[in-house]
Amino acid sequence: MNFSELLNIGLMQGFAGLSLFAVLLLMGLGLAIIFGQMGVINMAHGEFMTIGAYTIYLSSHLTELYAPGLKQIYFPFAVVLAFFFAFLLGWLVEWVLIRHLYKRALDTLLATWGISLAMQQCFRTFIGPKEVSPNLPDWLLDAWAPVPGLDIPRNGLFVLALTLFVTGAVLLALSKSRWGLRVRATVSNRMMANAIGIDTSKTDRLTFAIGCGIAGMAGAAFTTIGSTGPTSGQLYIVDSFLVVTFGGAASLLGTVVSAFGIAQTQSLAEFFLHGSMAKVLTLSLIVVILMMRPQGLFASKVRR
Amino acid sequence: MSNTDFSLAIEDLTVSFDGFKAIDQVNLYIDRNELRVIIGPNGAGKTTLLDLICGKTRAAAGSIKFKNIELTKMAEFKRVRLGIGRKFQTPSIYENLTVFQNLEVSFPKGRSVLGALAFVCDEEVQQRVHTVASDVLLGDRLQLQAGLLSHGQKQWLEIGMLLMQEPELLLLDEPIAGMSAKERDQTAELLKRICNNRSVIVIEHDMDFVKRIASKVTVMHQGKILAEGPMSKIQSDPRVIEVYLGH
Amino acid sequence: MSMFQALNKRYQLISLFILAILLVVVLPLLLDIFRLNLIGKYLSYAFVAVGLVMVWGYGGVLSLGQGVFFGLGGYAMAMFLKLEASDPITTKIQSTPGIPDFMDWNQITALPLMWHPFKSFSFSLFAVVAVPTLLAWIVSFAMFKRRVGGVYFAIITQAVALILTVLIIGQQGYTGGVNGMTDLKTLLGWDTRTNGAKYILYYVCVALLIGSILLCRWIQTSKAGTLLLAMRDKEDRVRFSGYDVADFRIFTFCLAAALSGIGGALFTLQVGFMSPSFVGIVPSVEMVIFAAVGGRMSLIGAVYGTLIVNAGKSFFSESFPDLWLFLMAGLFIGVTMAFPMGLAGLWESFVVTRWEKYRSKAKGSQSDKAALAGGLQ
Repeated sequence: MNFSELLNIGLMQGFAGLSLFAVLLLMGLGLAIIFGQMGVINMAHGEFMTIGAYTIYLSSHLTELYAPGLKQIYFPFAVVLAFFFAFLLGWLVEWVLIRHLYKRALDTLLATWGISLAMQQCFRTFIGPKEVSPNLPDWLLDAWAPVPGLDIPRNGLFVLALTLFVTGAVLLALSKSRWGLRVRATVSNRMMANAIGIDTSKTDRLTFAIGCGIAGMAGAAFTTIGSTGPTSGQLYIVDSFLVVTFGGAASLLGTVVSAFGIAQTQSLAEFFLHGSMAKVLTLSLIVVILMMRPQGLFASKVRR
Repeated sequence: MSNTDFSLAIEDLTVSFDGFKAIDQVNLYIDRNELRVIIGPNGAGKTTLLDLICGKTRAAAGSIKFKNIELTKMAEFKRVRLGIGRKFQTPSIYENLTVFQNLEVSFPKGRSVLGALAFVCDEEVQQRVHTVASDVLLGDRLQLQAGLLSHGQKQWLEIGMLLMQEPELLLLDEPIAGMSAKERDQTAELLKRICNNRSVIVIEHDMDFVKRIASKVTVMHQGKILAEGPMSKIQSDPRVIEVYLGH
Repeated sequence: MSMFQALNKRYQLISLFILAILLVVVLPLLLDIFRLNLIGKYLSYAFVAVGLVMVWGYGGVLSLGQGVFFGLGGYAMAMFLKLEASDPITTKIQSTPGIPDFMDWNQITALPLMWHPFKSFSFSLFAVVAVPTLLAWIVSFAMFKRRVGGVYFAIITQAVALILTVLIIGQQGYTGGVNGMTDLKTLLGWDTRTNGAKYILYYVCVALLIGSILLCRWIQTSKAGTLLLAMRDKEDRVRFSGYDVADFRIFTFCLAAALSGIGGALFTLQVGFMSPSFVGIVPSVEMVIFAAVGGRMSLIGAVYGTLIVNAGKSFFSESFPDLWLFLMAGLFIGVTMAFPMGLAGLWESFVVTRWEKYRSKAKGSQSDKAALAGGLQ
């Protein structure tokens, strides 16, 4: 094996890591804005991802049945739909459940775990226990080979572009939009925000729903790298929690950096080790670092 | 810095939060058995100063010596065991426990895990609880759940919990906030009684109250010490009038 | 001691007595040995639930990884039993006789170093308690000394549960993989599958469980128990009263881990196998719901909660498997939203207060104060 082959393998492995990075980042981003705003960790976040993945699958299925001509273009619309469905469900869950569990973060963990169980069983009952995959448009399937011997899968590129777009949009919305202003006000002082007329409970609901919607888009990204089953969400949930805590819960930049770090570490470890040991190694590394530095990578210092 | 006779000696103390200097090169000396009142406008760094002494906030630079022992790197509970007691701005008591239990838990024995398991509420402890309870005017409320006390009584209970530990330095953050006029009088009497054999630092806004209890006053402003001295001198200091007392 | 405390003490003793009668006399008389063995299996989970009452209800720290400690205790016992079951004569058809069968299947030719101490029964018993406690100490020391709690701690413990499960499944040559360690038939030559042995193991389990409840109750009534409650509500006040808050949390977490380990070992003995499906995230969270249903503040409630949820699980997952997950989901949501104090809370608010009212009417003003205090608690 000469140097250029080694370089190609390294690049491809790096790209495999990028797909994981995309899913982890989108999952972590949703979790992080919810956690930052409300101090709540949503244990059903993985199932919102699964909702998004199933949305893509159903769209592909319906397109094939009723409008096979649209096969090449349905995907972007389905991604929007995935966001929309997860958003709606998130809105509903916040309204029915989360808002009643204020200041009881630990109880919210348990309640959202209940939601997650119910959603998994719904998938099993109404969609079926088997894993499904959408028929992706052709332009997502083949690989892009800038030089011979270096195959970069297009779906990876697409997912990466989607992720960067969503992340950019979220960061922009947080710093520029009305919603972002309300979120930042609530995060820094909820009582004061309430007092100056910000409807914090409405902001909470919107934030929760947007976080869930982003998880839905993570599901769309997920369909390009794996098949979807009722328990697919469980695959990424702990990793996404760690992404958020490792990045420093209050920092979205931290979320981006830690998603990248975790995904690349895992991808690199997989190249050298058996898959499960790579996972053990990555997770243990994060847990040990978090034990030494529990505030995560990025944390601000304020008087408490 | 060399050893001193002071109970508490603070030198060049500095702390900043994200660049904002909440405490800036502060020097403060408290004598044994002294009652010192710290006044100053909001954001002057008064509470932060107490936080630094008791360890709630870590100092960025400078030294805090209590009985000539350096505190800046010491864990909070160790500072307490040395004899520093801190009362917080809003009364911090165990609302679900009875007044008796609140005081009993504060008794300075059985502070390790094993010690707490083996702790027996013997005659000595009960005696002490009763004494302190009547000191802080709660002698007839021992079996009441602490959450049901009035705001002023909660403040007294917290002071009582500190007295249980027989501290040599008491840090009281706004002890009369939310008290009725009668309760203020009683608290002033209480403070005079308890500072007999210990040093006390009080943060207070109520100038009438300050006049009643203080012999020496320190004025803080923007993280620094603006003036220090007897109350009469402070009241006529033009800088103090400018930033705090008003014209 | 206040009148309420005296009453409460008597009330606690009576309910523990009722539980003991139920477990020692009533259930063995009512149920056949198959069902009783099932109850024994549930009771081994109850050790975890009792530990969670201490850590979560009293300590205010939620662990989503108690399955880890249950599993470590269970595996420590299983390793001893597996070695006993793998003597060279029984395993003579293997290519390497004398090692556990799963090692042989995975082309391992000598007993791994880690396994050697588990030839000794006394070491294994020690490991049942010591290994979970040690891991709990490492995790909790690192976290609590740095003041990490709440959601962070829950996430870290959950990650530990995931790591251990993946490790056990991945290293099947050393651990038996996803199937776990099976065919554990004898303990020091004593056949644990006979009806007589099952009865004995059941009673050992009950005795240890009641002993654990008494131990925890003693801790709750000591100053340490008061301090746990105090630091759950006003952590800073406790710290500034001269206590090292972390030490108390570490102690409680280690206690819960040790209890879980004992539960795990009793599970292995009564059921005859141990597998990663009792270690991971899902079983760990389920164990929390046992305590939540029973009442997170009640040691005795936790036992009832464990029995009821598991009996429900057995019944529904046999008869209506689709319905069970929905019911479980309903339990999680219902308990946190509507009954945060669980069955024990319901029992106290409906039965006990009513009884007190009735008594105070009968006895007049003397016990009025006690009823008032009871209502406040």
